[in-house]
Amino acid sequence: MTDIIARPLAGTRPFRLQGALKEAGLAAFVMFALSLALIAVRVEDVPGGLAIRWRPFDVIAAVVLVFLGRLGLAFLRNNRPAPVALASGLFSAVMALLLIVFVSGGGGVSWAQSLLPFSGFVVNVLVLIISLVLTLRAGLMWRRGERADAGTGVGDTMDRLAASVQGVAVYVIPVLLVAAIIFPFLPFADRRILDIAILVVTYVMLGWGLNIVVGLAGLLDLGYVAFYAVGAYAYALLATEMGIGFWLCLPFAGAMAALAGVLLGFPVLRLRGDYLAIVTLGFGEMIRIILLNWYEVTNGPDGISGIPRPTFFGLPFVRSPPEGVESFHSFFGLTYAPVDRIIFLYYVILAMALITNQFTLRIRKLPVGRAWEALREDETASRSLGINPRNTKLTAFGIGAMFGGFAGSFFATRQGFISPESFTFIESAVILAIVVLGGMGSQIGVVLAAVLLIGLPEMFRELQEFRMLAFGAAMVLIMIWRPRGLLAHREPTIRLFEKGAGKR
Amino acid sequence: MLEVTGVETFYGNIQALRGVDVSIQQGEIVTLIGANGAGKSTLLMTICGNPRAASGRIAFEERDITTLPTYEIVRLGIAQSPEGRRIFPRMTVLENLQIGATIAEETYYEEDVQRVFKLFPLLCERQHQRGGTLSGGEQQMLAIGRALMSRPKLLLLDEPSLGLAPRLVAQIFEVIKEINESEGVTIFLVEQNAYHALRLAHRAYVMANGNILLTGTGQELLENDEIRAAYLEGGARKTDVGQSGNA
Ligand SMILES: Nc1ncnc2c1ncn2[C@@H]1O[C@H](COP(=O)(O)OP(=O)(O)O)[C@@H](O)[C@H]1O
Ligand SMILES: [Mg+2]
Repeated sequence: MTDIIARPLAGTRPFRLQGALKEAGLAAFVMFALSLALIAVRVEDVPGGLAIRWRPFDVIAAVVLVFLGRLGLAFLRNNRPAPVALASGLFSAVMALLLIVFVSGGGGVSWAQSLLPFSGFVVNVLVLIISLVLTLRAGLMWRRGERADAGTGVGDTMDRLAASVQGVAVYVIPVLLVAAIIFPFLPFADRRILDIAILVVTYVMLGWGLNIVVGLAGLLDLGYVAFYAVGAYAYALLATEMGIGFWLCLPFAGAMAALAGVLLGFPVLRLRGDYLAIVTLGFGEMIRIILLNWYEVTNGPDGISGIPRPTFFGLPFVRSPPEGVESFHSFFGLTYAPVDRIIFLYYVILAMALITNQFTLRIRKLPVGRAWEALREDETASRSLGINPRNTKLTAFGIGAMFGGFAGSFFATRQGFISPESFTFIESAVILAIVVLGGMGSQIGVVLAAVLLIGLPEMFRELQEFRMLAFGAAMVLIMIWRPRGLLAHREPTIRLFEKGAGKR
Repeated sequence: MLEVTGVETFYGNIQALRGVDVSIQQGEIVTLIGANGAGKSTLLMTICGNPRAASGRIAFEERDITTLPTYEIVRLGIAQSPEGRRIFPRMTVLENLQIGATIAEETYYEEDVQRVFKLFPLLCERQHQRGGTLSGGEQQMLAIGRALMSRPKLLLLDEPSLGLAPRLVAQIFEVIKEINESEGVTIFLVEQNAYHALRLAHRAYVMANGNILLTGTGQELLENDEIRAAYLEGGARKTDVGQSGNA
């Protein structure tokens, strides 16, 4: 509330249309220059080779839309939301209508297609989304009569949203939890959706694990995938070489990863910030290269295949189990369904992720967790309060790595095959992005970010290269509006100190 | 209780302390005054082992602590409210205090929080506010309170009055006196606010360019002409008093 009141009153600054037009013109020009390379030509496969197709209308559409969009923003900044809201609202409505006609006609409605500004379907959808966001912003501003500097309007809304998400967390979390638990039995949860859900939950777990290192202890770790790899290989090797089952291997794989974490921790204890990030990045690559070249043990680039699937207390998920072994479906008198195994995997990773989460929540309230946070805030001050920075950092690296290792074991047993290719730097980057976008240290933020960064791109796999474009755009937008992450909000670890509690 | 003998400290090539001797007895309030850049903060930090003394000896209760790591020195019963307060900005007041209690026995925790809240009632009202959103004075109170949570025998305070309103300055000095008298904590107080500090302290040291220039009781130094000219008159509260104010 106060931030609204504290703002200067609406319309105090005169609106210079000329300046706005100039600004929009400049943006349009930049768009034009960019579009020459990005949009104007498209190389296509035609019978007999490649052909260049010119797309002049797309260029014109892009330039006009950027001009209008920039003008709209200028209007907003000068507190003239009404025309923007009306214009972009109208535009959104038309776009949405055209797209609906186009889609419902199975892509064959040519008049709808020719009216859409771009030839690519996804680009049209993106334009619609942008214009909807603009409408929303203008509409909100109009209704409140509120003046907003560019960017901060949305920032405020999101701040309030983040605070209220935390506020209603008491209700949201049980609902989310129940939703996650009944998820496999929802009507739309087919095998593909379940696979995506497993992937998302795996990344949620990785995010929560990395959150211990990055979010709580403030150690920027760009090599987290190394521990994921160590866990995966530890399980894969133990299972294929010695025939030990998943559940027995799990603690061992976690311990191996934790050991790797501590080993990484030692040399980087004295490093901070950028230097730490670079060394951890190197460490991640090192592990991958060792896996690639230590052929006798890891089978090098060929990877390890035939990794056993997890069993349900010794009951395998197979149609016809080997002699003397009962399978899951026959034990419970069910008919065999291949999806059972997927559902089981889903619950395994869900349980592992929830354990990670509970662990983090609990440890924050213990002296170690508090020491992590203190170290993140101010290392010098922490030391002079008696915190041993070496041990504290090593425990953070070790425990964070341990959860990465657990997730890695799960990955190995789910895939049945692993190779160094699965553990490249991009994985570390994605996990880190989940933590940072979610809002460092925020548990629910990690879930949201994992759904956005992993779930949505998987859902829209058909859209191929545009996926990565949208991914990048989303990251940039989030960093502009929410530089500290979507739900950056640190929950205090102690609620209330009872007055006179110590006196009795 | 604390014996600093011939301590020299360097920052790279820059020598910040040039053979400092300071001695503090149990139960005293000793103050260290001096102009900006004299090396006062460096001395406090060197006592805590960060940076470490290049030569000389620091002993606490007869034990040589010169080469101990900071977190172990602190465990012996030395606490510091550092220059610039350095409270944990994203953590609440109560969490800051909790971290202050890291090395104290857990059974004392509630009692100690009550003690700090009694010294600084304002902190009790603000207990769930984030440290970074406190005012300067409140942050100073929190820094002192946080240091007290470790149940120190010796409390090092680095310019607790810096940037505070006059009324708050008087209040902070009042609390320092109380900590010393009713809790029996020995205090080593670094100050630029020489007038207040000298009136409060039993003994005082004056520092310039990394050397101890003068020492005596608070009263003696208050009456010393040189001190009056350099640190008290015409700008007792200014930071860098030259020789300009010779009245
Ligand atoms: N971290 C540092 N790195 C390099 N030089 C420093 C550092 N801290 C202090 N100094 C230098 O050491 C000298 C003493 O500083 P300081 O102890 O902070 O003085 P005071 O607390 O008396 O104002 C100054 O010349 C200062 O520039
Ligand atoms: Mg200083």
